[in-house]
Amino acid sequence: MLRMTTTFAPLPPSASAVPSDHESAADSTRTAGRTIASGSRRGIDPLPLACRRCGARFDPAPIAICEECLGPLDPVYDPLRSLPDRATIAARPASLWRYREWLPFAGPPTLSLDTGCTPLVDAPALARALGVARVWVKNDSVSHPTLSFKDRVVAAAINAAAAFGLDTFGCASTGNLANAVAAQAARAGIPAWIFIPHDLELGKVIGTLVYGAHVVRVQGTYDDVNRLCVQVADRYGWGIANVNLRSYYGEGSKTVAFEIAEQLGWRLPTAVVAPMAGGSLVTKLRKGFAEFHHAGLVEGPLPRLYGAQATGCAPIARLVESQGDRIIPEVPHTIARSIAIGNPADGLTAASALRETGGWAAAVTDDALVRGIRLLAESTGIFTETAGGATVAAALDLARAGRLRADDEVVLCITGNGLKTVEAIAPVLGESPVIAPRLRDLEPLVQAAATRAATARLTVPTS
Amino acid sequence: MPITITLPNVLARLAEGHRTVAGTGGTLGDVVADVSNQFPSLRARLVDDGGNPYPFVTYYLNDEDIRFAGGFGAPVRDGDEVIIVPAVAGG
Repeated sequence: MLRMTTTFAPLPPSASAVPSDHESAADSTRTAGRTIASGSRRGIDPLPLACRRCGARFDPAPIAICEECLGPLDPVYDPLRSLPDRATIAARPASLWRYREWLPFAGPPTLSLDTGCTPLVDAPALARALGVARVWVKNDSVSHPTLSFKDRVVAAAINAAAAFGLDTFGCASTGNLANAVAAQAARAGIPAWIFIPHDLELGKVIGTLVYGAHVVRVQGTYDDVNRLCVQVADRYGWGIANVNLRSYYGEGSKTVAFEIAEQLGWRLPTAVVAPMAGGSLVTKLRKGFAEFHHAGLVEGPLPRLYGAQATGCAPIARLVESQGDRIIPEVPHTIARSIAIGNPADGLTAASALRETGGWAAAVTDDALVRGIRLLAESTGIFTETAGGATVAAALDLARAGRLRADDEVVLCITGNGLKTVEAIAPVLGESPVIAPRLRDLEPLVQAAATRAATARLTVPTS
Repeated sequence: MPITITLPNVLARLAEGHRTVAGTGGTLGDVVADVSNQFPSLRARLVDDGGNPYPFVTYYLNDEDIRFAGGFGAPVRDGDEVIIVPAVAGG
């Protein structure tokens, strides 16, 4: 039996009575062209930036790389800022903005106010399968509004885009980000340009087009799409969520860690397994857990982080295994399209996060990740996409390899919804019988099912 | 005909504002060396201390990541196109 651990308070009436995002954004984007405001015109101010590599400082701007050394930029938080205690956070509306002191803005957000606070689902059957003490599923497959964790990062990015007065929003995407950018841009009234690999799953394409975005299908892999988007951001000055807004965008992923800690009753799991594509999620999980620890909101050891990839595209997992210091790019060949990034921007940082927390990585075959999708569905009632299947399958591999321990309390990050990738699972599910609307036609089906169930009971091992 | 290299804005400022520069040589490494001689400020953002591609940029030779094509040793021909983009993007 599943038990919901979520304890977030519902949104109060005042939260739902704020002006619609569409109205607010329309006011903010009337400036023609791609003018960048010197400060916020919307009440939210993006934080300044600093280079992770050389330390150079930059004023708030839609830039993600250092002009000096081309290293990545991170938001600079005021170490003396006032931080909320547990009770204050718990009393706030149920959205990721309840953790706003750890998000890269000063002032109140104005867009995408209701994303975040997805369920943490107790999964005892998975705990038995893994041979660990507890398992919870962080279920971002039901994230609002587009059923993946990318809603979180886009909530951060679109507030940055609006604050900078950017008149167009966009992304390079393997699908989930496309959905999130298109939906949140539509709601905000900001035109969106979405760039995706030409052969993406139908559900992800439709789930982007429906919002009225400009969708461009690019010949090649995600890495080809990404290269084009870097040039698009340069040429047109648009706000590309995972290119020039990346420093702000990535911070949204930390809220997965914050929510896990709060939902567990202000404590930490011992291990977390998450899928890896560009590698950002595991690095931000580490940062999020560390920030809550530093703030005194949680105690004890930080969780060991484990990353999951598909064997057909596993540059980060292979880097972890080789103990190397440079990503070797790959051309993806896997059905796990949402994590098929052969040249991961955060690959090195992700590999370090896994190693330094005492974790590891695992790469699983396409067949194994499909079995992972089915195991999650049949044991928890959660239907995930291919990345989630890879996460479950990787957890099984890590458990078999002895990397998960009997006393471990494990969180599996399920980052997307299975309805987006039905192509991956449909071939193994078989046909459903078609009958006339008569009991006599149903009866043999019921008897056959009963026979199968009895046979299964007789053949299930007792140990 | 020389080989053209398209630069991102962040590097164009080190090339006197040119988004596209041109060089000659038999390999990509030769062309990059030629361009570095023309625009010395660019050199440290194109090549690392070991003579390899600077780790925070990605080179594409005729749309292919040069790490699949022999790196700086990749042979080039007149009319080839090289694109350089910052490496930290996407995901």
